[in-house]
Amino acid sequence: MSAGPTIPRPLPEHEGDLAPFLAAAREHRLVVQRCDGCGMLRFPPRELCSGCLSTAASWREVSGRGEIFSFNVMHQVYHPAFAREVPYAVVVIKLAEGPKITSNLVNYPVDRIRIGMPVEVVFEDVSADVTLPKFRGRA
Amino acid sequence: MPSKGEIAIAGLGQTRQGKVYGRSHMGLAVEAVELALADAGLARADLDGLLLNPGIAWGNAAMGSFMLQQALGLRDLKLQSTMNLGGATAGAMIQHAALAIAAGLCTTVACVFSDRPLKAPQEQHARAGKREGSAASYAFARGLDAVYGQFGINAMYALVARRHMHVYGTTQDHLGAVAVAQRRWANRNPAAQLHAVPLTLADYHASRWIVEPFHILDCCLVSNGGVAVIVTSAERARSLRKPPVYVWGMGQGHPGGDPSETLVSGAPLARTTAFAMAGIDARDVRIAELYDCYTFTVLVTLEDYGFCAKGEAGDFVAAGHTAPGGSLPVNTGGGQLSSAYMWGMTPLAEGIVQARGEAGDRQVPRHDVVLVSGNGGLLSTHTTLVLSPLPS
Repeated sequence: MSAGPTIPRPLPEHEGDLAPFLAAAREHRLVVQRCDGCGMLRFPPRELCSGCLSTAASWREVSGRGEIFSFNVMHQVYHPAFAREVPYAVVVIKLAEGPKITSNLVNYPVDRIRIGMPVEVVFEDVSADVTLPKFRGRA
Repeated sequence: MPSKGEIAIAGLGQTRQGKVYGRSHMGLAVEAVELALADAGLARADLDGLLLNPGIAWGNAAMGSFMLQQALGLRDLKLQSTMNLGGATAGAMIQHAALAIAAGLCTTVACVFSDRPLKAPQEQHARAGKREGSAASYAFARGLDAVYGQFGINAMYALVARRHMHVYGTTQDHLGAVAVAQRRWANRNPAAQLHAVPLTLADYHASRWIVEPFHILDCCLVSNGGVAVIVTSAERARSLRKPPVYVWGMGQGHPGGDPSETLVSGAPLARTTAFAMAGIDARDVRIAELYDCYTFTVLVTLEDYGFCAKGEAGDFVAAGHTAPGGSLPVNTGGGQLSSAYMWGMTPLAEGIVQARGEAGDRQVPRHDVVLVSGNGGLLSTHTTLVLSPLPS
């Protein structure tokens, strides 16, 4: 390895569509978008609803409970900040309320992850002003 | 819509493919067109249509087809477009050409793809020096996916493949069986990048992971090269140098929605239109050239064309049906997994070669009905062609 400057792990930007999601995460709340036109919940946030095309939307807190819908285990390093973390799993959680969210599991061996596993949200403070929703197994 | 056999493929040009350096993406495109014209016995002045599928190296080439027209010195074209449906584009270009010719807009169309994603070793060194240590060079890593370490299309397809394994019981052995079957075809194709490299299921399991459930051998190659196909009326094709390959059927299917929920590609939609035009069903297909960005994509596509029931493609391939000597030869040049990654041009070019009976050691004896599929995005776009050396 060369002794170049450390590349930090990517962090989400506080401006833009994700701002309300990140603000809620700092308060340890998990929120998704809700279409004001038809009531459909959606995540990640979008400018308009693909169901009714309404541009009106608000944010709604969800339970943070769900199950593993799918997962992969990353071995190839696409970004140097993850070089010491491989192999790590990226999981897609199907929330109890319907929408799917991409995340990571905390403290869980990658070879024991199974589709259908029940999980619940936990909040990890990754920097002074960023808290990320992650998930852990639940009984 | 043209009728069955009204339109034909009259020329095919393929540059060397793989670790081919020293030519730009434009140079490769021009060479492919020259080869296709020579194959058909045509001159540049005979072309009055030009369609381009620009690969990654073209960048944001919204008007790439015009740039290619200028590079080729073509005058007075009556049809031109730059098209992108990902891996479904090759089939879509043939379809647009066929529609335009049948409608009388033009007579002779070159459909072109080229790409040059591989850097020569000296270029790689220069690039690495520039990127090293610069946070700005990783500015691509935006959004929540990157925050959680999800990068690239391999990782996205892996999530869908994992669902298929969960829902249908597809196994790692099933994925490996696709890689092994296609390598056996590549071992018979001297132009294939991995022609000289044998592959066993044990080799497959021992190969390194990219993103589980994908080993490196589940993922398509990366290749430089160009391919061009000349489309014209069947009547005109019969007067040209090579025997025509007739377009019996064509169709598209772009299902929308979330493929990780449905585990279905656009093939059922595209197939319905194409098979109706051709007057065939899946049992009539002798050879299938299926888009294979991943081993997994081949399994889904086999199911979605009805060659086996949904969820049973893994067993179908593991039983040897798609390998040399099998009941349904699939990706007979080695495909994008073992021959070269020319997007949808890889299955299309091999389909033309097989239909003509020009495939040498890998020629399938019965080649009167050849299916060619294209797939783009995450099972998002799909095109079907049914090709035949017979007019009807």
